[in-house]
Amino acid sequence: MKIMILTTPKRIFKTGFVNFWRNGFLSFTAIVILTITLLSFGALIFAGAFGQAMLKEVKSQVDINIYFSLSASEQSILALRGEIDDLAEVDSTVFVSRDQALADFQTKWQNNTLIMQGLQELGSNPFPASLNVKAKDPGQYGGIANYLENKSPTDESGAPIIDKINYQENKLIIDRLGRIIPAVEQTGIIITIIFAIVAVVVVFNTIRLITFTARDEISVMKLVGASNIYVRGPLVISGMMYGIVAGIIALIVIAAVAYWSDALILRFAGVDTAANFAFAVNVFSDYFTRNFGQLFGIILGSGIILGGISSYIAARRYLRV
Amino acid sequence: MIYYDKVSKVFKDKTKALEDISFGVEPKEFVTIVGHSGAGKTTLMRLLIAEDRPTEGAVFFESANIHRLNKKETNRLRRRIGTVFQDYRLIPTRTVYENIAFAMEAAGRTDAEIAADVPHVLELVDIGHKIWNFPRELSGGESQRVAIARAIVTQPDVIIADEPTGNLDPANTFEIIRILQKINELGTTVLLATHNKGVVDTVGGRIITMKNGKIVLDDKHGKYVL
Repeated sequence: MKIMILTTPKRIFKTGFVNFWRNGFLSFTAIVILTITLLSFGALIFAGAFGQAMLKEVKSQVDINIYFSLSASEQSILALRGEIDDLAEVDSTVFVSRDQALADFQTKWQNNTLIMQGLQELGSNPFPASLNVKAKDPGQYGGIANYLENKSPTDESGAPIIDKINYQENKLIIDRLGRIIPAVEQTGIIITIIFAIVAVVVVFNTIRLITFTARDEISVMKLVGASNIYVRGPLVISGMMYGIVAGIIALIVIAAVAYWSDALILRFAGVDTAANFAFAVNVFSDYFTRNFGQLFGIILGSGIILGGISSYIAARRYLRV
Repeated sequence: MIYYDKVSKVFKDKTKALEDISFGVEPKEFVTIVGHSGAGKTTLMRLLIAEDRPTEGAVFFESANIHRLNKKETNRLRRRIGTVFQDYRLIPTRTVYENIAFAMEAAGRTDAEIAADVPHVLELVDIGHKIWNFPRELSGGESQRVAIARAIVTQPDVIIADEPTGNLDPANTFEIIRILQKINELGTTVLLATHNKGVVDTVGGRIITMKNGKIVLDDKHGKYVL
């Protein structure tokens, strides 16, 4: 009995491997279909990663700037910054002092003598200190702006320290992005689910056709008294083998695409605009390198599970002998 | 050993395949069931291996009602009944050895038993030289010998052979019948379904003649009367 407990799985595995090898053309067909399916999974994952990178870039472009009055003390500004940093909606803040703003301006226009001369004639620093605020979500800028307007912070002498918040100027685009970004994310999820369902159905039908060709074989096995596990086991092993081989092929193709994607993106974008596409360059190769373990698990796991479960289900109807 | 008790079978399209069939088979008997195509011979055989269910009546193997057995018991029953089909039904992706070994594996035999018994049984049916061939490399007669080897390798109590010579030439036909008779002489019950007059006259013994799903004659020393 103990011997049979080990012998049965051994025979099931052996028969599964032998069937996989001997059903050459059918195995090839199943592997091709499964590889295409897994590649589409990979494409969906990469499209999602690219979409996220783009959205992140767009989100990072959205911000508000608080310009302070020239008389506002740095101490009161930094105190306000501390309060803003504590807000749950705020992701980060960058403080630019009056001196820094002047230095930045001078660096930018150092070759323009007319502007530099005008600045010297002013005699004093005309640039206000500012605070750049980035929210965690583009939809939260309105709330941050309202908070600041209601708070209307003042310095020690009671004079308001905020001169201007540029939220109202950017309100339209910020509001639109606040609506578009979640819609894009949801659409991406829905498209991914639809594609995944289509892929699963295609794989299942392919393996069902392969199992259909083995229906006589299954009925003979049943009629010599083989148990369901003895009949179904090798089919499931073959199905899992299709998944393993297809998964490895898909991973190699995905690795190659990820490796060459940077050059391709730059070629499509045009070399001159490469700088503008900086956020897109290296997205795929970086994503592949950083998430290799996860990708390996998803692609190979999907292949094995798809192949195995499809075979398991497909064999069911022919076992009713 | 086997008993058909008032068995009727009506298919979904209302075709009556069997009508009120009752007969018994004793251990070590060689029973030939004769009838034209559509007489109900195959349905009768299919009921015995639980490949189909009767509409009325019951089929007993020893004391067990075959169609009330659970899955495990049905598998066990099938291991006690060797089946030979007209179209051989060999597994195309497996060698002759593997086709026969599979039946032994299903019956829970060890690898050592399989390695010893498969060549032996192939020698019994004179096909030992084709042990590593695939079914596509065999002639009809050779395929049927392999099918018989598969049926007998687990030493079943009963062999049922449904038109086993239907696709064979006369020389192979009588060779297959000779093998079945030899198996019977060694103590295995044989149920043979055929419409071949030559086969019936050669076998002799008990002949059950069927027509339109009914038994019209059950004679211990019968002859072909159709």
